[in-house]
Amino acid sequence: MSYEAIVIGVSLGGMNALKIMFSLLPKNFNTPIIIVQHLSPRSDNQWIKILNEKSNLHIKEADEKEKIEKGNVYIAPANYHLPIEKNKTFSLTINERVNFARPSIDVLFESAAEAYKNKLIGIVLTGSNKDGTNGIKRIQEFGGLTIIQNPETTESSYMPISALSAIRPDYILSLEEIIKVLIKIDKQIIR
Amino acid sequence: MKYNDTSELEISLLLEAVFQKYGYDFRQYSEAHIRRRVINRMAMAGLEDISQMQSKVLKDELFASEFLQDLSITVTEMFRDSGFYRSLRENVLPILKTYPFIKIWHAGCASGEEAYSMAIIMQEEGLYDRTTIYATDFNQQALNKAKEGIFSNSMMKEYTSNYQLSGGKESFSSYYTSNYDNVIMNQSLKKNIVWANHNLVTDSVFAEVHLILCRNVLIYFNRNLQNKVQKLFYNSLINGGILCLGSKEGLRFTDFYEAYTELDKKQRIFKKKY
Ligand SMILES: C[S@@+](CC[C@H](N)C(=O)[O-])C[C@H]1O[C@@H](n2cnc3c(N)ncnc32)[C@H](O)[C@@H]1O
Repeated sequence: MSYEAIVIGVSLGGMNALKIMFSLLPKNFNTPIIIVQHLSPRSDNQWIKILNEKSNLHIKEADEKEKIEKGNVYIAPANYHLPIEKNKTFSLTINERVNFARPSIDVLFESAAEAYKNKLIGIVLTGSNKDGTNGIKRIQEFGGLTIIQNPETTESSYMPISALSAIRPDYILSLEEIIKVLIKIDKQIIR
Repeated sequence: MKYNDTSELEISLLLEAVFQKYGYDFRQYSEAHIRRRVINRMAMAGLEDISQMQSKVLKDELFASEFLQDLSITVTEMFRDSGFYRSLRENVLPILKTYPFIKIWHAGCASGEEAYSMAIIMQEEGLYDRTTIYATDFNQQALNKAKEGIFSNSMMKEYTSNYQLSGGKESFSSYYTSNYDNVIMNQSLKKNIVWANHNLVTDSVFAEVHLILCRNVLIYFNRNLQNKVQKLFYNSLINGGILCLGSKEGLRFTDFYEAYTELDKKQRIFKKKY
């Protein structure tokens, strides 16, 4: 099985989780990663720059119409939703909030499921609302691989618990274990 | 509602039908955006699949008009992106001041919050009496709301802080009258705003203007359509005129990148070359 993209939804506690994740992912990690982290609508992208400095991978804010490339990590800009088009480019919208959130994890996940079908990995990490629950379900319905952070290992367990109420994921793991699985899968992909 | 995969072909056939029957052209809008709205509307109406959706859109005009509303996203704010309005005051108004009459076009004004914000700024700078603001949208419902100038009181706290962050020095509440749950914008702000129905995709040049603001509209269009609309803007601006786009929009992938200089790169403010 080969995977073409990884989508990650994370909310409260996300800053720490992402810091850990990108200190552990190696330089040659190839599968593109697309992230929605809930933020205040007024926050700028300074934190992305800081995250990028400490990472082996290239982390950037997603631009509108940008093509999704291997080896890159994309983060949704504050106050915009980030749907993925079938041609594997980003759109940005300022549609109503979904689950009180913009960017919303569901918007990213549901569009990614339709664009990548069973070639997608969806991950729900720490967080304090139910955003991501519908999205991870959709990813599973399209045959993608689903991973939910073990609620006992999160800063905020509400979001993973909510996701677990909707599906039985392929993996329930701690953050460190999730990273190991990702590295293993990424290595197996024939390029 | 099953999440069976709605194909690109089915979506494009639906949009083709909408265009043929109603004249609204969504064929070059972001597919992911349209798809999400279609799936939501199908779920709300209890429709099984997109062929049912298509026949209902064609036969049921009320349903079709609801669906057209779905596709037009009228989310907006007063003084959205305060940094942008600050730059407008600092970098654009000194240029506008030099003209005896000032014409401004808000393309895709939704329910008008942006146009009222502009009227406030022009009033504060003592320019409003020689200004005309053309505020256009293809969504008549949104335009009707804009014309009324009645907004929800619950938003005013946020708008006040947007206004202050953008460099506003007055008391924001002096610009409206509160009436229980709503506020009514002052008549003095409305007087030089002309509200008009205009479709950026199918209508032609609207007026010759000094400043165009088209924010968070083009993100919904594909590259080809963005380029087409940029041509319309180019033809509507006087030489030396100013174009303001949304904070994530640009000209780089259009034919008009070379035709402007960047007045404020971060805030996406461009000046048409002479
Ligand atoms: C998301 S709102 C942006 C409102 C405002 N400019 C802002 O940034 O806050 C987009 C607006 O563009 C309008 N719009 C979309 N397509 C259009 C078209 N083809 N012609 C005119 N207006 C259009 C929609 O009806 C909607 O009111």
